[in-house]
Amino acid sequence: MPLLEIDKDKCLGCGNCIDVCPFGALTLEGDIVVVNEKCTGCGACLEACPVAALRLPANKPVKAENLTEYRGVWVWIEQFHGQMCDIAAEILGQGRKLADLRQTILTACVLGYNVEHITKKAISFGADRVFWVDDPSLAVYRTAPYAETLIRLARLHKPEIFLLGASSRGRDLAGSVATDLYTGLTADCTGLDIDPEKGILIQTRPAFGGNIMAMIICPDHRPQMATVRHRVFEMPPADPEHQGDVITVVPSLTEEQISTRVTDFIQELDKINLADARIIVAGGRGVGGADGFEPLQKLAQVLGGAVGSSRSAVDAGWISYAHQIGQTGRTVRPDLYIACGISGAIQHLAGMKTSRIIVAINKNADAPIFDVANYGIVGDLFQIVPALTQQFKQKMQK
Amino acid sequence: MNIIVCIKQVPGTAVVKINPADNTLIREDVPNIINPFDMYAIEEGLRLREKFGGKITAISMGPPQAVNALKEAVGMGVDEAILVTDRAFAGSDSWATAYTLSLVIKMIGPFDIILCGKQAIDGDTGQVGPGLARQLGITQLTYIFKIQKLDPSAKTIIVERLLEEGHEIVEGKLPALLTVVKDINQPRLSSLANLRRSGKQKIRMVVASDLIGVDMARLGLNGSPTKVIKIFSPPKRDGILDMIHADTNEKAAAILADKIIAEKIL
Ligand SMILES: Cc1cc2nc3c(=O)[nH]c(=O)nc-3n(C[C@H](O)[C@H](O)[C@H](O)COP(=O)(O)OP(=O)(O)OC[C@H]3O[C@@H](n4cnc5c(N)ncnc54)[C@H](O)[C@@H]3O)c2cc1C
Ligand SMILES: Nc1ncnc2c1ncn2[C@@H]1O[C@H](COP(=O)(O)O)[C@@H](O)[C@H]1O
Repeated sequence: MPLLEIDKDKCLGCGNCIDVCPFGALTLEGDIVVVNEKCTGCGACLEACPVAALRLPANKPVKAENLTEYRGVWVWIEQFHGQMCDIAAEILGQGRKLADLRQTILTACVLGYNVEHITKKAISFGADRVFWVDDPSLAVYRTAPYAETLIRLARLHKPEIFLLGASSRGRDLAGSVATDLYTGLTADCTGLDIDPEKGILIQTRPAFGGNIMAMIICPDHRPQMATVRHRVFEMPPADPEHQGDVITVVPSLTEEQISTRVTDFIQELDKINLADARIIVAGGRGVGGADGFEPLQKLAQVLGGAVGSSRSAVDAGWISYAHQIGQTGRTVRPDLYIACGISGAIQHLAGMKTSRIIVAINKNADAPIFDVANYGIVGDLFQIVPALTQQFKQKMQK
Repeated sequence: MNIIVCIKQVPGTAVVKINPADNTLIREDVPNIINPFDMYAIEEGLRLREKFGGKITAISMGPPQAVNALKEAVGMGVDEAILVTDRAFAGSDSWATAYTLSLVIKMIGPFDIILCGKQAIDGDTGQVGPGLARQLGITQLTYIFKIQKLDPSAKTIIVERLLEEGHEIVEGKLPALLTVVKDINQPRLSSLANLRRSGKQKIRMVVASDLIGVDMARLGLNGSPTKVIKIFSPPKRDGILDMIHADTNEKAAAILADKIIAEKIL
């Protein structure tokens, strides 16, 4: 049964709501709108109705807690092999802005082993306070010890906002923490703002493979939690003068209480990971085979970028799945994306269309990739890519 | 071995598009599908059963038409299917979904492994798996692209996780919840025998009042901490296409290189 209630007397049958429903749950029957089973109660239609004929059952706050007790913006500082990840600096930058808007402090949670240098880095990127948890059991990220420690800290200190990177580790951790705290978690945000009147966090994120954007709030639960997409917010400049308190915290679990062990790590061939890459050269079915990626690799090398791929090239076995970009692969947001022999199917675009500059090289002038490209060349990639590599080599030396 | 697979029915991929002319949503009437990542979860369940024996239960929470996703899963070979459907569940966000699924799983008895997809392609959150693992208090292993070893008697599992930087090998204790990525296997097609079975198979229905120990206030829209307040079309890409023409590839490449260098992003 759908949740949406339609006031038949008020409905004008204008159809505005039909157009905005992402689920196709509304149809016109005669001259009034009816709702079917596809309705998820998302509420997207409510605003579109000019006569307020649509209603969702009032939502009763289930947590009778004093929301004003929750203060401060927290950021989880992701680290890998003892190095702070770029995404952590990016969300510190945005976290700083949110904290200033809320006139509160920014707290960084640094978990790891021998990571004191990261506490300093977090402060230089804007943190006023650092919870520093340093223990051999935290050397490599694992869900349980990280989640339990953050849950305990959050219960104790009651942050108002808690941000994590939307990386594999960040999503793994955030999902666990938010569930235990019984609070809202918005995945993969590309926008974070404070509502000037209500002071709550407005979270914007893509859904349906980037075809629509949704604005999401968490009105009655705290902290308001979000994971944040890579490379959406600019990395702030480091300020070595910025001061902050470092508070030493002990982990919540001992090694014996943890049910997993990380026994090995195998680095993928390229040193630059796709999520952080500023430049990506990607190949599709047009590269014709595993060897076809060689000219792309050379171009990527000259530009200091990483190599990506469409699903077709992965499915054909020419390159590993770790390189796949798109709806069922990774979402990337580089400054420069060079698509070679990729047609630009909607599922591929879902993973890369927010790149800053898109260059398309394709034999077919009608390929949809050109619809999102800033620069295009119609031609054979086996001619153009090596020529381009040559040009960059020459021009960048000067 | 008792295996549980969580599957979600989602609109086929190209369903939702924004009409650039008037910014409205265009929908082609594409049928609903099983979330692609959940197909890998089903297949992995079938492979585990082939190796170790046991039973696979597929669970889906959704509107009554989600029964089709479960029928398809039976067609692929799962033993039992449960449809979790009730008006009280409508409007669930990832928190309420994980909560509801956890209650259903507690009702069906002991299990060794739960398989979920990495994420559902409609909401793209990837939060239900971790939420479910936390609700059940079991080992959480996300982004799995290989089960290296599983020992049902010792209750241990060794998996490979796909991270941004490479693969991680993790050993864990069962019961565990795994979310799987595309690379883990190639899902099979339904067999004729299973298809016949799927026509006859009774799909068990679970409604809110069936759930043992449920806190009704935590279900559906009311139990969901997050609220969607607005849906809109993504910002258009600024800038228009600059198509580079030249009589030779070298010249075209030179022009393109200059333009990219002028963007000052290198
Ligand atoms: C549920 C689902 C999820 C999916 N997820 C993804 C995903 O995550 N990522 C993804 O990429 N796809 C995904 N797809 C697949 C997607 O729909 C397309 O099939 C795929 O992106 C096409 O890859 P392609 O562009 O490499 O191949 P094609 O569409 O075959 O295009 C090849 C292009 O290369 C050009 N070409 C050929 N030779 C040359 C040459 N010598 N020089 C220059 N150009 C040349 C051709 O003109 C053509 O445009 C998904 C599909 C579904 C149904
Ligand atoms: N309504 C549901 N019913 C059953 N399983 C679900 C449901 N929603 C999500 N899941 C499972 O959780 C995974 C992640 O979904 P999501 O968190 O929505 O991206 C999916 O791949 C499914 O395995």
